[in-house]
Amino acid sequence: MRVLVAVKRVIDYNARVRVKPDKSGVDLKNVKMGMNPFCEIAVEEAVKLKEGGSASEVVAVTIGPKAAGDTLRTALAMGADRGVHVLEDGEVQPLAVAKLLAALTRREEATLCMLGKQAIDDDSNQTGQGLAGLLGWPQATFASKVVVDREAGRASVTREVDGGLETLSLKLPAVITADLRLNEPRYATLPNIMKAKKKKVDTVTAQELGVDITPRLKLVKVEEPAKRQAGVMLSSVKELVDRLRNEAKVI
Amino acid sequence: MLTRRVAGPAQQVGLAIWARAAGTLAPPRNTEFALLQDSDLAVFDSILGSGGVITDPHEVDPYNRDWMGKYRGRGRCVLRPRSTAQVSALLRHCSARRLAVVPQGGNTGLVGGSVPVHDEVVLSTGLMTTLLGFDPGSGALTAQAGAVLATLEAAARERGHAMPLDLGASGSCAIGGNVATNAGGIRLLRHGPLHGSVLGLEVVLAGGQVLDLLSSLRKDNTGYDLKQLFIGSEGTLGVITAVAIQCPAASPATSLAYLAVPSFKAAQQAHGVLQAARQNLGELLSAFEFLDRESLEVAKQFLPGARDPLPGSDTVIPYTAQAPFFLVVEIAGSSEQHNAAMLEAFLESTMGEGRVLDGVVAQDSRQAGEIWALREGITEALRHRGAIYKYDLSFRVEEMYGVVGAARERLASAYPSGFLGGGAGSTAGSDTEHALKVVGYGHLGDGNVHLNISAPRYDAGLEALIEPWVYEFTAAHSGSISAEHGLGRMKAPCIGYSKPPEAVRLMRSIKAAFDPQGILNPYKVLPPE
Repeated sequence: MRVLVAVKRVIDYNARVRVKPDKSGVDLKNVKMGMNPFCEIAVEEAVKLKEGGSASEVVAVTIGPKAAGDTLRTALAMGADRGVHVLEDGEVQPLAVAKLLAALTRREEATLCMLGKQAIDDDSNQTGQGLAGLLGWPQATFASKVVVDREAGRASVTREVDGGLETLSLKLPAVITADLRLNEPRYATLPNIMKAKKKKVDTVTAQELGVDITPRLKLVKVEEPAKRQAGVMLSSVKELVDRLRNEAKVI
Repeated sequence: MLTRRVAGPAQQVGLAIWARAAGTLAPPRNTEFALLQDSDLAVFDSILGSGGVITDPHEVDPYNRDWMGKYRGRGRCVLRPRSTAQVSALLRHCSARRLAVVPQGGNTGLVGGSVPVHDEVVLSTGLMTTLLGFDPGSGALTAQAGAVLATLEAAARERGHAMPLDLGASGSCAIGGNVATNAGGIRLLRHGPLHGSVLGLEVVLAGGQVLDLLSSLRKDNTGYDLKQLFIGSEGTLGVITAVAIQCPAASPATSLAYLAVPSFKAAQQAHGVLQAARQNLGELLSAFEFLDRESLEVAKQFLPGARDPLPGSDTVIPYTAQAPFFLVVEIAGSSEQHNAAMLEAFLESTMGEGRVLDGVVAQDSRQAGEIWALREGITEALRHRGAIYKYDLSFRVEEMYGVVGAARERLASAYPSGFLGGGAGSTAGSDTEHALKVVGYGHLGDGNVHLNISAPRYDAGLEALIEPWVYEFTAAHSGSISAEHGLGRMKAPCIGYSKPPEAVRLMRSIKAAFDPQGILNPYKVLPPE
């Protein structure tokens, strides 16, 4: 069984996000970038499936500019066997990502697609669902536990839902997206970082895959959230009651 | 080899007896100090107004206890001034009345220096937290003494700079306390000690006089550099009320590696990892820390959320799981790509030579944060484990770990079962949580080792076994008995192990010149006469 795992290069979750003065987006100059944390979890799970004998090969895929290759190397250092880099400098929206991944899934003859449930930069939470739709495969999103039964050709996926845990049984091939508590991604060890340098990475373009990635959505503007007003210290309960009554008018 | 003059044998014997009696036992109260009266509280109230004076015993209690739970004073009142003028008025009264005073910042000290020994009044800088200014041109930051280090770090970061020091307690420790104790920490390797980065200080002397040395000039050779005396004076010469400090420009890109090494020797010695790092990473090197396996085990067990970066299950080198030492190596530079290339080349060569067994490179800030939390959390993990005998020592880098092995041997021969005899936690067996544990970690690049002996409880017999032996060992190896924590109450009697009598005499005369009545932080730093 071949697992295709998608990884996205995003702003480091700790980095300070600055909106461009013209409100056309977020300033990415000199900002620390790294693998989307949910993608890391997806890679870890895919590698675990291979280590547990359920998967025979893990192929990591990224879509983005040349620098996204670093993120692909991280996936390879974590244990993915080889990589595919869809080289694309411009904007690629979730539907286009799903189409590219669908094309690659067919090309690679993958049986399972692992993705993060969403990327922390635009929080779209659409790619996994879109991919399953395009492929006509069953999907299990927000996975907190994955068990693959290779012989039965099924995957059992536990999801954290509002009321508790829900367990789905899917027929493979399928698409699974990872939630936060699925696993704790491993660190990339030195020997594995060195080995990753020698692993094979294919570079393709959307055109070569025959996918039209023209944006369908128009970004109107990006704005920072309104600044919260500073709090004040009151000296007595009396003052608090007075301000709640006369200023906030809540009592 | 460097030799340092130490106290002669006769004097050491005298010190040894005192050191044995000291430790957690209090020296006698100096009867020349006045007892606090209600009339004093009335004066304090009139100076500070409402909320400035705490006398409720429950509220006073945390100010009387040190962070480790090792020392506890009996102070009856805590003063919380907001301004230098208030500190001045308070000290004027205390000196007129001859009331003893303990200045206190974040109370994160590790040598009992920030809490009363007897009934001293606690002067807390907790409300003096204002950022007074930041010069974007020079990076000079000026703040009131009670400002918390992490808050100042955030303020400096926002302006593209960084504080020149960082330590595990940064979320609670105050900059005034940092300066008063000459705190070291993980950035000392790169930015040097506070004696270099502190530009100016404002200090209130024991009699209430305000000494304004709050210059933010880089260069100022006019007379004796008095501010240097207050750096590391531990509140015995004056109360620091404001600090001007040089903040270097923040490096936009940092990279972190966590390495397993086969021996301490491989980590440091000629052709070791430290030397290789100095040669190959040069100006990029920003931290070079170490922890031994015992430290890692304590952190894994007692630090919430800690995990082993090298669990060993998937490693290609099976004995990594048993590596005795680990290094945390950080580099900071201007370009992510350049950092990565430099770090990779360095790691490839040290690993190829077998000086590094295995390691990880943090792939993002989350992983880097986890590794730092592990290294910096050892102190806290030890506190969760139980009582701690903590020794902050410095040696020549080559010799710095020897004391840890020697302490292990000494304890193993005194307590062959590995457990304290009698009382709680005395039962031998599988209950390893109560076993005596000797751990070593610290700032390898600076030759600073934190020797910690973890026990289920404070025990006079155990203490007598460690002290003064550990100080004698340190003196015999030309080390310092306090690298960065200061002397405080714990090591005041032991200064002779690291400083000659003539130096101590001179220190006494300096103390007398600044604080003739000896009301500021008594029983600390200098040994009793």
